[in-house]
Amino acid sequence: MKRIAAVGGFFVVLILVWEALVRFGVWSPVLVPSPLSVVQYLVRAIADGSLGQAVLVTMRRLLLGYVVGVAAGLPLGLLNARFKFFQDTLGLIALGLQTLPSICWVPLALLWFGQTEAAMLFVVIMGTLWSVLIATDTGVRHVPPIYIRAARTMGSRRLHTWTRVILPASLPFVVSGMKQGWAFAWRSLMAAEVYVTILTGFGLGHLLHYGRELHAMDQVVAVMLVIIAIGLLADKALFSPWERFLHQRWGTAK
Amino acid sequence: MNELHRELVNVPPVKLTVENVSKTFHVRRQTVRALENVSLTVQEGEFVCLVGPSGCGKTTLLNIIAGLEQPDSGRVLADGVPVTGPGRDRMVMFQESALFPWLDVLGNVMFGLKLKPNLRHAERREVAKFYLQLVGLEKFVDANIHELSGGMKQRVALARSLAPNPSVLLMDEPFGALDALTREQLYGDIQRIWEKRRKTIVFVTHNVREAACLGDRVMLFSPRPGRIREEFRVELPRPRDINSVELAKHTAEITRALKQHLSSAAEVAE
Repeated sequence: MKRIAAVGGFFVVLILVWEALVRFGVWSPVLVPSPLSVVQYLVRAIADGSLGQAVLVTMRRLLLGYVVGVAAGLPLGLLNARFKFFQDTLGLIALGLQTLPSICWVPLALLWFGQTEAAMLFVVIMGTLWSVLIATDTGVRHVPPIYIRAARTMGSRRLHTWTRVILPASLPFVVSGMKQGWAFAWRSLMAAEVYVTILTGFGLGHLLHYGRELHAMDQVVAVMLVIIAIGLLADKALFSPWERFLHQRWGTAK
Repeated sequence: MNELHRELVNVPPVKLTVENVSKTFHVRRQTVRALENVSLTVQEGEFVCLVGPSGCGKTTLLNIIAGLEQPDSGRVLADGVPVTGPGRDRMVMFQESALFPWLDVLGNVMFGLKLKPNLRHAERREVAKFYLQLVGLEKFVDANIHELSGGMKQRVALARSLAPNPSVLLMDEPFGALDALTREQLYGDIQRIWEKRRKTIVFVTHNVREAACLGDRVMLFSPRPGRIREEFRVELPRPRDINSVELAKHTAEITRALKQHLSSAAEVAE
């Protein structure tokens, strides 16, 4: 309780100092909007639906691309770990493409798909896929062989061994790969949205971009805050439960 | 002696037969004769210990009996049927507990049971709890594996191996990594459980005293090539105490033989 109060106090003071610095003209409102104006923008944008619409568009791209990326990355990672041929070919490609920042796919995606949802999806999938694939591969390789031997003596075979032993045993790697994939996807999507106008939908990145074009600093900062909030929320909602489970079971945290 | 023994005692049926098993490993251009023409029969309900220095092939033999490895020549029969792979009738307990960290204690014991057909979920739970009680861990059903001590982990591993009710238990230095006190407790436990559940046990160890304490028979292995050199019958009443004087006599006898075989093996190598 005391801790929550201290944290709350810290942020209240931070915002007050910010407001004061703008109000007394230390920071120019052209460059730094006051917290109040940011809140006013947020209220306005929520009321007229433009913010909600942008969040919806962005989240749809992100989630759809992410799900496809994970759904493809997991089995490909397993295939990679299982067959030498895939490891030598696909594994090499994955390693190479993972080092490519996924924003670098945008020019290609635009030429292939035009200024459409497909281009955005493609960029998000490229951000997710390779991280998940490599993490799954690594995870499977790190499964102690004795787990598999023990499972075999208990009557576990092929598919059962893969789904009930190898996959859960590599879960710590897989989850951190999924988390990295999420981070890559989120960053590349934002970059892509700021960078190009997509005709089929107006996302958060576009809102940010047009804030700059219109010199609306309150909009710029407000949208940045929304992007941060979504990132935090995703972390808490999507990954924290998994990580808590892993720490508890494996005994990896305090 | 053996003939007389057979005449006087009603010998139970043969459970495991190892026939002329040989196995060679190739490690970095070197060939290691892990096993050479090893034969062995184990009767139902018998407790047989395989003793020898590390690298004498005793673990390899255990893995071959388990079906985890294939022999180069020779064969293993379980209940008269050739072993071609792992089977639920022959459970293995490893030196490391090999428990699954993503499952809790009950989940680990249930793992093998879930693969056994014709059981309802509630029945499986009951069976798992029965064996956890047998090893004295009924209070740790929901515990995570990392929360257990080394001895407790091996107890869970024992319960997990016992749960699918195998007729043969193959134990590969299961107490090797434990401290002396915990080990002594487990000697008591394993003897009690063996008598209660009437399993056939093949137990691998490099600890002669441990082998004499647990086994009806102790098979002495010598390395390079791995062979059974001598067989000792330990006829002491159970439960046996690892610290008893009679046991020490047997231990001394087996140790003496072991040293002799090792030195003669060394001479051959030279």
